[in-house]
Amino acid sequence: MVVDSPTTDRVFHALADGTRRDIVALAVSGEHSVSSLARRYPMSFAAVQKHVAVLERAGLVIKERRGREQLVRTDIKTLRHAARLLEQLEVVWRERLDRFGEVLADPTRGDIP
Amino acid sequence: MTVTDVRKDPTTRTMTVSAEFDAPIERVWELWQDPRLLERWWGPPTYPATFVEHDLRPGGRTSYYMTGPAGDRSGGWWKVIAAEPPRRIEFEDGFAGEDGEPNPGMPTMQMRVDLSERPRGGTHMAIVTTFPSTEAMEQLLTMGMEEGMTLAMGQMDGLLSADAPS
Repeated sequence: MVVDSPTTDRVFHALADGTRRDIVALAVSGEHSVSSLARRYPMSFAAVQKHVAVLERAGLVIKERRGREQLVRTDIKTLRHAARLLEQLEVVWRERLDRFGEVLADPTRGDIP
Repeated sequence: MTVTDVRKDPTTRTMTVSAEFDAPIERVWELWQDPRLLERWWGPPTYPATFVEHDLRPGGRTSYYMTGPAGDRSGGWWKVIAAEPPRRIEFEDGFAGEDGEPNPGMPTMQMRVDLSERPRGGTHMAIVTTFPSTEAMEQLLTMGMEEGMTLAMGQMDGLLSADAPS
């Protein structure tokens, strides 16, 4: 049985494009309006808006309307939370690789106990 | 110290761990390939893993469970996407229900392992883990953390009973 994960597909699809990766990286440092992003890239306002919509659906950026501007920012709260979770994963893998090294160095490792 | 580098990217919810070993690449590969060796390092001592099915060929399936100190079991599975012995494995890792079948309600993570020979001997191993979303990462790691907590508690029990008169 194959388990499809629509969220994985959305995120990988969103990050598969160079412009979209660039937008996520830019929007970490602060808000950017869709029109200012459109000036940065050799493409139309509508094309940039489409890229932003893809990122928004993947949960990578937040879009807010302020007056006549649409402001895009990377979701910092989500990012901080993600960073804390990755710290936990690091602990899991450091312990796992310590055991990996021990098994590798064990001369009886081929034996079944 | 076997771990040489850890890179974490919260934007893409990806972690890359690099490690180096003084063993030839084929021997490092064996620790992934042989289920009896794999189960000696995959789970923590108080939550050992038992691999019931293990097929590292592309399209292959792995099925395992981890047993807690109270006899509680949590199941997991891998679906192998790509494998090139002894250099590369890519798989999806998820949770299984009590019947060992993948639990479709639970998120999965993507794993990629790359092995290469170091110029002056030994093997370099890079492991990349990617989560589809922050919520998925939270859910997957919370279950992992419960195992970690049990491990810490088990060690505490060991320390306490060492002091107690037998």
